[in-house]
Amino acid sequence: MQFSSRRKKFTTNSQTELYSHPLLFYVQPPLENISLMEFETFAVERLKLLKTIENLGVSYVKVSDQYIKKLEAESKALNFLYRPEADDRKPQSGPTEQEKRRKDHISHFILRLAYCQTEDLRRWFIQQEVDLFRYRFNALYPKQKLEFLHRNNLQYDTISVEEKKALHDKLVNSSYAVSGITVEDQDFYKVPFQDALDLVRSRKVYLKAGYVYIPHQEIVTIVLNDFRTRLSKALALTARSLPAVHSDERLQPLLNHLSHAYVGQDYSIQKNVGKISLEQIDSLSGKSFPLCMRQVHQSLRENHHLRHGGRMQYGLFLKGIGLSLEQALQFWRSEFIKGKVDADKFDKAYAYSVRHMFGKEGKRTDYTPYSCMKVILSNAPSQGDHHGCPFRHSDPELLKQKLQVYKVSPSGIIQILELVKGMHYQLACQKYFELTHNVEEASFSLNHPNQYFIESQKVLGGGRDIKRETDAPQKPQENSTKAPIAAPEAAANTQDVAEMTEELDSFFQDA
Amino acid sequence: MPASDYDSACLPDILPLYYRRLFPFSQYYRWLNYGGVQKNYFQNREFSFTLKDDIYVRYQSFTTQNELEKEMQKINPYKIDIGAIYSHRPNQHNTVKSGTFQALEKELVFDIDMTDYDDVRSCCSAAEICPKCWTLMTIAIRVLDRALRDDFGFQHLLWVYSGRRGVHCWVCDEAARKLSVAARSAVAEYLSLVKGGDETMKKVVLSDPIHPFIRESLVLVERYFPLYALQDQDILGRKESVDKVLALTPEDVRKQLQQDFQNEKKPENRWNLLKDQAKRKQGTSKKGQHFEKEIMLQYCYPRLDVNVSKGVNHLLKSPFSVHPKTGRISVPIDLKELETFDPFAVPTISMICEELDRPRTVEEEEKSEETNDKENEKDAAESRKIRDYKRTSLAKYVKCFDQFLDVMSRSWKGELLKKSDLQKDF
Repeated sequence: MQFSSRRKKFTTNSQTELYSHPLLFYVQPPLENISLMEFETFAVERLKLLKTIENLGVSYVKVSDQYIKKLEAESKALNFLYRPEADDRKPQSGPTEQEKRRKDHISHFILRLAYCQTEDLRRWFIQQEVDLFRYRFNALYPKQKLEFLHRNNLQYDTISVEEKKALHDKLVNSSYAVSGITVEDQDFYKVPFQDALDLVRSRKVYLKAGYVYIPHQEIVTIVLNDFRTRLSKALALTARSLPAVHSDERLQPLLNHLSHAYVGQDYSIQKNVGKISLEQIDSLSGKSFPLCMRQVHQSLRENHHLRHGGRMQYGLFLKGIGLSLEQALQFWRSEFIKGKVDADKFDKAYAYSVRHMFGKEGKRTDYTPYSCMKVILSNAPSQGDHHGCPFRHSDPELLKQKLQVYKVSPSGIIQILELVKGMHYQLACQKYFELTHNVEEASFSLNHPNQYFIESQKVLGGGRDIKRETDAPQKPQENSTKAPIAAPEAAANTQDVAEMTEELDSFFQDA
Repeated sequence: MPASDYDSACLPDILPLYYRRLFPFSQYYRWLNYGGVQKNYFQNREFSFTLKDDIYVRYQSFTTQNELEKEMQKINPYKIDIGAIYSHRPNQHNTVKSGTFQALEKELVFDIDMTDYDDVRSCCSAAEICPKCWTLMTIAIRVLDRALRDDFGFQHLLWVYSGRRGVHCWVCDEAARKLSVAARSAVAEYLSLVKGGDETMKKVVLSDPIHPFIRESLVLVERYFPLYALQDQDILGRKESVDKVLALTPEDVRKQLQQDFQNEKKPENRWNLLKDQAKRKQGTSKKGQHFEKEIMLQYCYPRLDVNVSKGVNHLLKSPFSVHPKTGRISVPIDLKELETFDPFAVPTISMICEELDRPRTVEEEEKSEETNDKENEKDAAESRKIRDYKRTSLAKYVKCFDQFLDVMSRSWKGELLKKSDLQKDF
């Protein structure tokens, strides 16, 4: 992104051309002058949109009607383009399509700056942008899709009629979207399987000798793959030119601020250390642990062992609620040596990984406790594992039995199972919280096992346990104390800027 | 000689002999050097050794075959693991700026471990294996080998017995070695059908239409199912195991079958009854129509450790490493003889070391003299080693490894030719 020299060469004419299609591939950076105000609003609003996308992705299937509807509503509320209107009629109120496209364009490039700095940030940004792009591409009319491919020079190899005939049955059986009748009429693209990993992973296409055969309506996958690769490369390039941007003192605090917003609370700051004794864990697990942690705790006590996935999920959770390294070592050792592992073996094979968790070994990363999203989406449990999210990874029948054992009322169980059925795992967990804590409606939206613990302690402890809630780590705040942007252009609007940053702060805290 | 003669206490005494006279260094180097097509491919490869008392040394690397040989003969590792090819020499990883030392390439690997089948085998549990459950590994190799070759187009697959209770697969094609983490996990997911932990009972759910990959896999599973599951494991014999199978069927079918089974005790007939029910179901309703296939897959389909396949930097036990617990050598499996492969017949380190001490037969004596005449002094040591392993039961496994390398070397010869052509192209 160029902020200085070349910006005035381009006329509005090229802008109309640039924004003539509803969907951008973000090949060219915006080259116009914008005010800091706009810079900030655009960035924050796009961030809100991406944040929504992340949340929706957990609660809904990504192409389901509900997902699309919610995303559409959010895009509309934030004045981003949301429906590819074929004509350019002036809307009654609010910004025009052109203005929305411009905003989309500019805000994307601002966030690139904020999110190119570390591997984690890049991964998060790419994931959300890819999801956004998928939603928008799918919303295009067929004609617009072709136009988009054409405009951006995206060409893929189609297979011949003979090949199609030879593979007819296999193609039909590989995809829901293809039936015997439609095979003849539609194009199939043949690409190396590495270019359509999502389709390979979910077995949605026919795969032969390293090539996948993609029916035309799935072309979004290849386009997305292209989008992802380009964005990833672009972010790497952006990162290299970042020092130049950072020298601009108006932008640097803002960009840092923006990039901190994605994680939300990470529950890693150990202000709670030592506030919990090992004897308390059993009773706490019954009272204040979310079901996922209660489950691993129980199986640890029963089997005197946990496999790696369970140790990570549970160990980091315990770290988050305040176990010190020494306590953790004692906790794991005392349990493991009741089983097949003797003390010597524990010290050799397991103590390392406990210290590793606390950032004392290897590359010395102080690992953060897993969020719900991570528990639900990554590293699903397999044979012999007890980790994962019980609402996501248990058979409904078993879940029901477990809830009965934990004395959840029959009507409550029905409600929970209903939520599980709709794949609202976090809501199901929240419902479980409400039922077990006798709260009418929880005042928070659950997205982290450690948050569950803190909230539970709040409810159970009444006033006594305030220490923990005030200690809830809020990383972003560290930055929010930095001076708001002081720049000539913005000087006249200091009050507005102050308001903006305040808003930004409150957003970050919600996030 | 029975394998039970192995005693882990004498491992430190016989390991030196194994590494000095038997370990196939030249083939090993030939493999990992990949014809020298890419620069520093062998040099930047991570090895890691397990020494006495579970001392673990990571990030070892070697510039030449000779250096590797000398080091291994010096420290005599209990176990050898192979890691990734890194951006820098692994033994210098501390000297480069953190973040720049990165795993770049590795074979695509699969690890199948018998412990992952504990809920569906009744003969053994945990680390134990027996001929009855070993069929699971045979099925796993058949299914994965087919899919990796036909579906993904890979050609150079090295299957290795882990030395105890499982098998490993090293996919050595250049394209496989270059796969990203995301691609590896996509491949592993594509190949995974059995999902869910101890909290899930029904671990295989099929949807319509059945993907060609699953159909092909089913063809293979069906071949083994009657003998393995119905006879050897007797899953429709005892009451508990019958209940476990029936739990995987739709409710109405379950009731019907429970009744039917009272008059029918023969497992094969019981299975036929179950299949009939499935057929009938397929005619009428939509849901749960593939339950007989789901049962077969849940009981027989390979269970992968996805995390091993996913990571580029994940370590995996090396072929020809010794398994410290059983003493068995991690040997390549010849797929032409897969059906008769017997993990209990795999030689232990003590066995092959004793074979070395056996007096030579006349025939061998003659042969060696013959070669002695031809070779000059320099090669004497080298060829003596070659003769050494040939006198033990390790020979046929090294031969299998050789054949694998011969096939693969053709592909890198092509590479090299292309390269030199390019250079001459003025």
